[in-house]
Amino acid sequence: MNIHLHGADVTERTLAIVGELKGLEGPLLPILHEIQDEFGYVPEECLPVLARELNLSRAEVYGVVTFYHDFRKHPAGRHVLKLCRAEACQSMGGDRLAERAKALLGIDFHETTPDGAVTLEPVYCLGLCSCSPSAMLDGEVHARLDDAELEALVAEARR
Amino acid sequence: MTVKIYIPRDAAALALGAEKVATAMAEAIAARGLDATIVRNGSRGMHWLEPLVEVETAEGRIAYGPVKARDVASLLDSGLLSGGTHPLCLGKTEEIPFLKNQTRLTFARCGVTDPLSLDDYRTHGGLRGLEKAVSMQPAAIVAEVTESGLRGRGGAGFPTGIKWKTVLEAQGAQKYIVCNADEGDSGTFADRMIMEGDPFVLIEGMAIAGIATGATKGYIYTRSEYPHAIAAMSAAIENARAAGVLGASVLGSAHAFDMEVRTGAGAYVCGEETSLLNSLEGKRGLVRAKPPLPAHKGLFDRPTVINNVISLASVPVIMDKGAAYYRDFGMGRSRGTIPIQIAGNVKHAGLYETAFGLTLGEIVDEIGGGTASGRPVKAVQVGGPLGAYFPRALFDTPFDYEAFAAKDGLIGHAGIVVFDDTADMLKQARFAMEFCAVESCGKCTPCRIGSTRGVEVADKIAAGIEPEKNRELLADLCNTMKFGSLCALGGFTPYPVMSAMTHFPEDFAPAPVVEAAE
Repeated sequence: MNIHLHGADVTERTLAIVGELKGLEGPLLPILHEIQDEFGYVPEECLPVLARELNLSRAEVYGVVTFYHDFRKHPAGRHVLKLCRAEACQSMGGDRLAERAKALLGIDFHETTPDGAVTLEPVYCLGLCSCSPSAMLDGEVHARLDDAELEALVAEARR
Repeated sequence: MTVKIYIPRDAAALALGAEKVATAMAEAIAARGLDATIVRNGSRGMHWLEPLVEVETAEGRIAYGPVKARDVASLLDSGLLSGGTHPLCLGKTEEIPFLKNQTRLTFARCGVTDPLSLDDYRTHGGLRGLEKAVSMQPAAIVAEVTESGLRGRGGAGFPTGIKWKTVLEAQGAQKYIVCNADEGDSGTFADRMIMEGDPFVLIEGMAIAGIATGATKGYIYTRSEYPHAIAAMSAAIENARAAGVLGASVLGSAHAFDMEVRTGAGAYVCGEETSLLNSLEGKRGLVRAKPPLPAHKGLFDRPTVINNVISLASVPVIMDKGAAYYRDFGMGRSRGTIPIQIAGNVKHAGLYETAFGLTLGEIVDEIGGGTASGRPVKAVQVGGPLGAYFPRALFDTPFDYEAFAAKDGLIGHAGIVVFDDTADMLKQARFAMEFCAVESCGKCTPCRIGSTRGVEVADKIAAGIEPEKNRELLADLCNTMKFGSLCALGGFTPYPVMSAMTHFPEDFAPAPVVEAAE
């Protein structure tokens, strides 16, 4: 993930992604996912390019980007730790585990550690409700977490 | 003969270490020079036993679990390949009571087959429904589905056949089949398990829906939180296309049908069908007013069938074995089987497919085995974040759409989350409002503003500020949200809130006033 891109690079890559996916029906979400995969977030410079290429207003594109929780306006840390906060995980001590994670990392949800290593995010259900509480670290799922396993996950993320 | 060892690739199994087990097993097989191969199957749904390793023997499949990577050596030492005895041995998989007592129609192959092998799918009865459908008139297919009594398994319980009939009769140059796989409800994982464990059954169901209604294009809209399901589903679609199950000529017939997977972006409300359609079109996931119905003006304003994963995945068995076979299971107006997802603080958590009609108590106490913590069950939330909390006093409620509605609840997508006696129901009610506030699409006022006000009122009750007045206010607010919201998000958030307040009034009692210490 390159987070020090110049405006021209962003425009160029955005145009390439749009070119690739424009033929889809309803292409905006697939394009935004691709942009976030490419840059790690959705840079603001993309928005006018998308609007022009897809014949939308900038307000429409902005509205879509900000509607969905997944799309970031800023780069995340090197690792993203998502903790499930939904009911099934609550029933198995998810709230307490979340407090523990915050304390271990010294940050709150939606924040990134000062060293840029870990971003902590809430997620509402990973579909692992039969083995709660659960978490996802960079796309890898973990379930039936206890304190020791959470500490191991946090340590792995901090590296 | 090469022995088959099954190690699931289901996300729940992976989250419990199945990948490490598979790696250790592959290394051990190679190091010992054994004649064995590893099949990465779906999950059998007994998640307290995951990772569940199975081995194929002359007597049938023998199960071992829960297996950790460090158990691999001792398993092989004990003669795993011939189903040898070991402390983790559970005997024949099919004889494990949790599995044996189920009626698996929709999930017949889940955990049994290699999810990406079309040959395996065929060997286990796959594609028979589609083979029949290609030789039938569309109206006859619709009639078969209608007669089966299948109702929308996403939660609304609308008769699937009626929906299909409307689309069949609608005029449009292009029609769509949209599969709602935006399974965001806590406590539910049936859609995920099918997509990861038997993706071809969903493909087959969607192709049948296409032929029945004249739709040639399908979309599966699923969640970004489900990367494993997306990967499995996409790979299965490619395999199906390569084998001529999808494409310009479905199974060599005159029917064309193709499909693709689309990924949401973390918005719960997109599980609501009209919001989902907007999202698929690349717009904000705002809810649309109905009418027009999606069947008339759906995706890109064209006639669209929008069904849940389980509804569509139940169609192949209906077409294969006939409407009567399916309809004979169940009770009242709830026909067929339902994959109940037992989750949360429960001993035997997992997926249990059975005919409608078991009581909630049977599901939680007998099948689920009570709480995982060993403490008494206090409440169970049925039907996801918008479902009611049921106390023990209502455990005689049979699992049936109408019976749950009669008790001011809903079965929703059939997820059950068990809570022990440490649960604070005021906190759960507050969470329901908070969740609604976070996830509201913002289009209608009762949901957008009501949920935020609901959190504030719940906080006042917790703080002991005019509790009686605020309980009344909360009930009044719930009433407004229930009847004034555009969709089920704002409309059903009152279910968990009101059920918590009605059945657990002690948790809504004023907090003792703490006098200043001076």
